Amino acid sequence: MEELSRTRVWVLRGLFLAFVLISWELSSGRLASEFFISRPTAIAAMFWDWVVSGKIFYHGAITLLEAVAGFLLGGLIGMIIGVWLGRAELVAEVLDPFIMMFYSLPKVALAPLFVLWFGIGIDMKILLTATIVFFLVFLNTYTGVRAVSREQIAILRLMGANERHVLFKVVLPSAVTWVFTGLRLSVPYALIGAIVGELIASNRGLGYLLADSAGQFDTTGVFTALIGIMIMAFCLNAAVKLLEIKAMPWRETNSKREMSI
Amino acid sequence: MRGREEDNMTDRDGSSDTTPLIEFRGVGKRFMVKGEPLQAVQDIDLKVREGEILTLVGPSGCGKSTLLNMAAGLFEATAGEVIYRGAPVQPYNHAVGYMTQSDHLLPWRDVAGNIAIPLEIKGLPKGEIDARVETLMETVGLSGFGRSYPNQLSGGMRKRCALARLLAYDPETLLMDEPFAALDAMLRMRMQIEIRTLCRQLGKTVMFVTHDLDEAVAIGDRCVVFTGRPGTIDRVVDVPLPPDRDILQLRKDRAYQEITATLWDVLAPAVAMEE
Ligand SMILES: Nc1ncnc2c1ncn2[C@@H]1O[C@H](COP(=O)(O)OP(=O)(O)OP(=O)(O)O)[C@@H](O)[C@H]1O
Ligand SMILES: [Mg+2]
Repeated sequence: MEELSRTRVWVLRGLFLAFVLISWELSSGRLASEFFISRPTAIAAMFWDWVVSGKIFYHGAITLLEAVAGFLLGGLIGMIIGVWLGRAELVAEVLDPFIMMFYSLPKVALAPLFVLWFGIGIDMKILLTATIVFFLVFLNTYTGVRAVSREQIAILRLMGANERHVLFKVVLPSAVTWVFTGLRLSVPYALIGAIVGELIASNRGLGYLLADSAGQFDTTGVFTALIGIMIMAFCLNAAVKLLEIKAMPWRETNSKREMSI
Repeated sequence: MRGREEDNMTDRDGSSDTTPLIEFRGVGKRFMVKGEPLQAVQDIDLKVREGEILTLVGPSGCGKSTLLNMAAGLFEATAGEVIYRGAPVQPYNHAVGYMTQSDHLLPWRDVAGNIAIPLEIKGLPKGEIDARVETLMETVGLSGFGRSYPNQLSGGMRKRCALARLLAYDPETLLMDEPFAALDAMLRMRMQIEIRTLCRQLGKTVMFVTHDLDEAVAIGDRCVVFTGRPGTIDRVVDVPLPPDRDILQLRKDRAYQEITATLWDVLAPAVAMEE
């Protein structure tokens, strides 16, 4: 029963994709000029070209490095500061309005400033990405640490738990759910950071391929670069999901178990 | 009916030690609920002797859990004071183990992991923890469920897990809030026997809240009956059963039948009043 409906979903997905691609292919040159919308076959051919020549891997690797390094850096600092502020109530109270002010700033608006400070090298993209990811992970971690159940802490305290026990046995595990929400939200933003950085100033990376193709009025190249970015986003998302399942086995049993009230 | 406060410290078992282990002196607790005061309990004078099992019965919402919370030092009384071994209870009374009304298991730890927490806090070596956890799971009938997460357990199984966690850390006093409420009759009797033997052998003191009058008599050395909110002590009943009673055979015991009948009579007016 379960298995059957899964295959069915996949078949329907395949049909949907085929429908979109075929309509695109057919309308190209008929309903809209090929110059603007290119066509799937041309994109596939170019993608294959880039794969064979290694172009996509070279530029993809650079974007991936920026996104992942920024993601890890921002995520790590976000978690540490989130846990710390979540425990230090006074500091959190004092800093709250400033954090919120900074949070509401669209972080990509910092890009020009970062170019001034750090140049146009890879470190500028990593730092831009890290800044974006930091806030998402920080805020989620902070919320998670604040949302920890006081009852659970009290129960452990009665058993003679010290600060360290409370932190590692209750606070952190209960915040993990929130941390991962932050991390999952951060994946697309990490790519935004890296690619915006490349669009602004770079001669490498998928963002550069995108800008370069657009500069030459090569729509097919633009679409091919976009597809490369999409594939990368998909892989990063899958990686975080996998990590999430590994880190929170109780969550998986929760979603896998049959519903009962 | 009211006002027969417990002041007779006639030591039934003849021990000369008359200083109580836990003492409630004119204790009252008022909660503030949305700015409105709510008197949960008042004028509680109660002495819990070392080594006894004291059962607490009374209508829902009369403040039984509140009393246990204060004995555990989770919050202070708004009137009077709670004394433990001659000193006012400090926040987090480490001498007591508290099995709360809701189990508060940690959802991210499986059954074995939850039971292991107090042992980990004590800093026992891993091998010893595993062995102890295995024995405890057997005691409460959870063998084979060590790798299950709380959300995969039934209500009674969660209770048993919480019970095993309580037994794991071996405190001198046990506060138990309806610990067997969700268990089937057979298992419940097994647990009652388990608790009684445990306390007899290790000299534990127990405050035991229950809604089951039969249980209150079967397991208790004394039974405190509360009035409805604001909770006060209606009376303290001595259970005239031997400490090494055979719980399995109690139903045929004349003294047991009488005392449960008395308790029913005491609580009957409360039932009539609620209509
Ligand atoms: N944290 C709290 N905040 C506000 N009011 C509370 C709180 N805890 C308990 N109360 C109130 O105090 C009264 C006594 O509560 P308590 O939980 O002690 O009752 P109980 O005797 O244990 O009842 P039950 O048998 O249903 O468990 C109740 O009326 C309840 O509404
Ligand atoms: Mg209660």
